[in-house]
Amino acid sequence: MTMGVSDTVIRLDHLTKRFGSMTAVDGVELDFQENEFFALLGPSGCGKTTLLRMIAGFEIPDEGKVLLDGNDITQLRPNRRPVNLMFQSYALFPHMTVRKNISYGLEMDGINSVALNSRVDETLETTQLDELAGRKPDQLSGGQRQRVALARALIKRPRVLLLDEPLSALDKKLRGQMQLELKRLQHEVGITFVVVTHDQEEALVMADRIALMRDGVVEQCGKPHDLYENPGSRFVAEFIGAMNTFDGKLTDNGVEINGLGLLRGAVENNSQAGMNATLAVRPERIKITKTPPMGEDNSISGKVDDLAYHGQDLGVHVRLENGAMALVRVSAADPIAESLSDNTKIWCAWSPRHSRILTS
Amino acid sequence: MNTRLKTAAYVGPGLGWLALFMIIPCGIIFVYSFFERGTYGGIDFIFSFDNFNRALDPIYLNILLTSGRIAGLTTLIALILAYPAAYAISCAPTRRQPVFLFMVMLPFWSNYLIRTYAWIVLLNREGLINNSLEGLGLISEPLPLLYNEFAIITGLVYNYLPFVILAIYASLSRLNPEIREASEDLGASSLTTFLRVTLPLTMPGIAAGSIFVFVLSIGNFITPDLLGGGRLMMVGNLIYDQFLSARDWPFGSALSLMLIGVMMMLLFTQAIAVNKSMGERV
Repeated sequence: MTMGVSDTVIRLDHLTKRFGSMTAVDGVELDFQENEFFALLGPSGCGKTTLLRMIAGFEIPDEGKVLLDGNDITQLRPNRRPVNLMFQSYALFPHMTVRKNISYGLEMDGINSVALNSRVDETLETTQLDELAGRKPDQLSGGQRQRVALARALIKRPRVLLLDEPLSALDKKLRGQMQLELKRLQHEVGITFVVVTHDQEEALVMADRIALMRDGVVEQCGKPHDLYENPGSRFVAEFIGAMNTFDGKLTDNGVEINGLGLLRGAVENNSQAGMNATLAVRPERIKITKTPPMGEDNSISGKVDDLAYHGQDLGVHVRLENGAMALVRVSAADPIAESLSDNTKIWCAWSPRHSRILTS
Repeated sequence: MNTRLKTAAYVGPGLGWLALFMIIPCGIIFVYSFFERGTYGGIDFIFSFDNFNRALDPIYLNILLTSGRIAGLTTLIALILAYPAAYAISCAPTRRQPVFLFMVMLPFWSNYLIRTYAWIVLLNREGLINNSLEGLGLISEPLPLLYNEFAIITGLVYNYLPFVILAIYASLSRLNPEIREASEDLGASSLTTFLRVTLPLTMPGIAAGSIFVFVLSIGNFITPDLLGGGRLMMVGNLIYDQFLSARDWPFGSALSLMLIGVMMMLLFTQAIAVNKSMGERV
């Protein structure tokens, strides 16, 4: 991870925004570091775009502050903030050429035309838009428009670049390329990127840190690895990646599940036995065998209900003895993948250290 | 059904209507303009250019120029009044916008003639405005508000303003609000954003509204007649007189053709200008 020096660029201090009786953003505390790729992740309506618009200056928070390099910019108008936003719709100026679109921000700064032209030329070249400089936005493809929007927002070298669902308008293949491209670009320009996305995979691939939001609140904030491996709540566990969850009652060393027995995992010291709890395990952590497994691992039996072929792996949907479903991911290289078919009797086993016990 | 037949069935009625009530009458006017007036108001089918020569007489050209000036001023004032109104409506909460648009259209519930007469009541020497101003002691003598160019322009602006508001509102509401925000985000002030982004992008609405007001104003004859008191003649009144009083249909036709020509030229230049400013695909 590229988080050598931790200098905070933007700090959100108890930021709250209400629309009528609805609280869109509720007391959010976050900070974005220098040269960091940060993702605001969450389902639609979780308040992530409102949060972004407050940083850009298009919404004034009802409570709290936005601090940039320690200075309060909460009330500053968008045109006075050294922050640029790349809009989800790209919002290119349809009546201007690519070149005019890109130079617009510099023109507003009133820098002299020689310097302006050379910087625009340079940007056009690095974004490979020089051949399209004379075109209007409606003569560009989706990917080209996205590049223009990015170039236009970056040319002012903002302290922070905000990106609202930057890849949502692209097709799947291009999206995959652009995820890496954005990451590379961020490293190159050394500007803090804050990207809003609803796509957990996108966030995992691109971001140095992720804040997962739900109903206006930050549910969990951390590195992708932390969110994936150590989800703090059932919501985080299920939103990021695929997750098997089993509901039951907490015991001293695991969770007692109706019809499946005790499934073991590390229990936090401050939890009380007998309370409702969920045991979660990732599909790729489960091993399938056709004979009962030996040893200390958690083990449950069931029948193959359905097989989903993905190429690199096989999604095995298992109907457990208590009627619940579980998902197991079997690598294509695993010999057992060949021998599975519907209604095959199997055992699913995993080490207790891969169990996550969630009480919220 | 055959697609071609289907197309004909859809397009036919509209096209037929236009052919019957627009192209044929225009054709008749075109033909009549090259004949001579009969002694008792009929038409003598003798080919001549006399009507056009007569129409180019300075007296008549002057009337055309006056009409152009009045229509131009009307258009300008209507635009200046309409743009802020349309802007305000487009910025209002989405649920309230239909209410405001309804209020804009409300005057059309009463008759054009009655609305124009109402202005006589207002602008009269003894009218509401003069009486109020005198009552407040702001003027000692009634202002000459009626039966002049001011009254005509006031009446025309009043009548056509709603159309301009609607036309500009339509193009403003089509504008993605993020485009204006993008301008501000890139460092532009509200004024710069308006001049460089909003205004150019709403040019089609401005052009459509302008053409509408200009064309309807330059050919109008009721408002100049009632509010101008017959002292000011516009080209519409002139044509009206040729057909209905002077019974000189050929000359009236020639004047009509010239008016149509002027309007067509304007429509054409404006269409080109709008195309250019919008930067349509090559």
